[in-house]
Amino acid sequence: MTDVGSQVETFVELIRRASTDLPADVNRALEKGRAGETKDGLAERALGTILENVELARSTSAPICQDTGTPVVWIHHPVGVSTRKLAADFTTAVEEATKRTYLRPNAVDTLTGRNTGTGHGRGIPFLHFEEWDEPRIEVRMILKGGGSENVGAQYKLPDGKLRAGRDLEGVRRAVLDAVFQAQGKGCAPGVLGVCIGGDRVSAYEMSKRQILRPIVDTNPIPELAELEERILREANMLGVGPMGFGGRTTLLAVKIGVLDRLPACYFVTVTYMCWADRKAAVSIDAKGEATWLS
Amino acid sequence: MAELKLPVGEEEIRRLKVGDFVELTGRMITGRDAAHKWLMEDVRQDVMPFMKDTLIYHCGPVVAKRDDGSWDFVAAGPTTSIREEPYQADVIGRYGLRGVIGKGGMGAKTLAGLKEHGAVYLHAIGGAAQVLARAIPKVERVFMLDEFGVPEALWVIHVERFPVVVSMDSHGGSLHDEVEAGSMAKLKELLGL
Ligand code: SF4
Repeated sequence: MTDVGSQVETFVELIRRASTDLPADVNRALEKGRAGETKDGLAERALGTILENVELARSTSAPICQDTGTPVVWIHHPVGVSTRKLAADFTTAVEEATKRTYLRPNAVDTLTGRNTGTGHGRGIPFLHFEEWDEPRIEVRMILKGGGSENVGAQYKLPDGKLRAGRDLEGVRRAVLDAVFQAQGKGCAPGVLGVCIGGDRVSAYEMSKRQILRPIVDTNPIPELAELEERILREANMLGVGPMGFGGRTTLLAVKIGVLDRLPACYFVTVTYMCWADRKAAVSIDAKGEATWLS
Repeated sequence: MAELKLPVGEEEIRRLKVGDFVELTGRMITGRDAAHKWLMEDVRQDVMPFMKDTLIYHCGPVVAKRDDGSWDFVAAGPTTSIREEPYQADVIGRYGLRGVIGKGGMGAKTLAGLKEHGAVYLHAIGGAAQVLARAIPKVERVFMLDEFGVPEALWVIHVERFPVVVSMDSHGGSLHDEVEAGSMAKLKELLGL
């Protein structure tokens, strides 16, 4: 498998799917949240508007939110595939998707303050490549919104104020604090991607990768599975609720990954993904044919 | 659920309380970072009549131009309001606004301004770009389009049953402060702090 031909159209479709619809499991989690809120209360109304909005976006193929986010992409590929070519195709696809208004021009030149107008820029989109043994390419993408990105956080344990030590109890304390600090500002109810360990670079990447996991799954590491469940339950006791209006639905899911660390460092890194938990995935075979993954 | 017609008088605004769900119908204006700075640099007489007794919406819309030259709001969710905190209370006072629409709430200076001038902070649903764009059937005119660009211009719009929640009222009440205090107490309990 060396040349799969141009993948621009496939990538544009990947972006369209992510921007204009939510995965079925995210939709179900929002519906479940609404069913658990007090009838006619603010939380129920907010979730009702959110669900109505998703439905409208899906039926008109229009962006769910006007902040169409940063495309963060993980690409697995067999030996011999040109990652430079795939990266170029993806960047072209971002520009094309921006022209077709699936994306808003969302890249700003940090030094001049001017919008690049194309949707891409230095570091945008953000692409990760990994070689694997399978004879196909798999592309998984999230569209990460800015409001929720602003409430992400990285803790350094031990943390005296939170009485958080270098263990899973310390992790629990840091993550619950992050949920409290975020309040409704990241467009709650959100999904948390957490990384324990790593360094300041690898940890944020790993925390974002957690967002790719289905809303309902079981962490293969039993202690982490237990911790995910506990933090989700406790975060939803804080009473922040959708949009920070108060209510039971503060988070839809908590996903925790782990990386090893330096003896001197113990980071707990939290990525907050807003309710517009937009993601899509595709598998591309040796002939360049696309199969959509849910 | 209450319907609020715009423009609106002080008395009616003072009746609104934190936690009220309201649907707005009538004329209002959009404005975000560049607009707020510009509004305070001078007294902008030409926009004054479009702000008096109505609301300013913190929104950077996606706008399409129709064939007949008219404008259409395609996506129009709220943007984070706190960036306008240095200006908001003064903009309300100078232009006679009855309130603000945005997301995330605002700070102490704005809360005091709402009380002083008889205005409210209304929270729209963040991310609900399609539902909210549908509630904006008509664009009347636009100020500073060439200078500020589409997202930052001041758009005079007509809304119909535009859904919002009163999250800061004219009596010093703030839903954001309430929710934060409640969640802080719960966090301390969970962590034994
Ligand atoms: S945080 Fe998410 S839902 Fe909220 S405005 Fe940003 S992208 Fe949209």
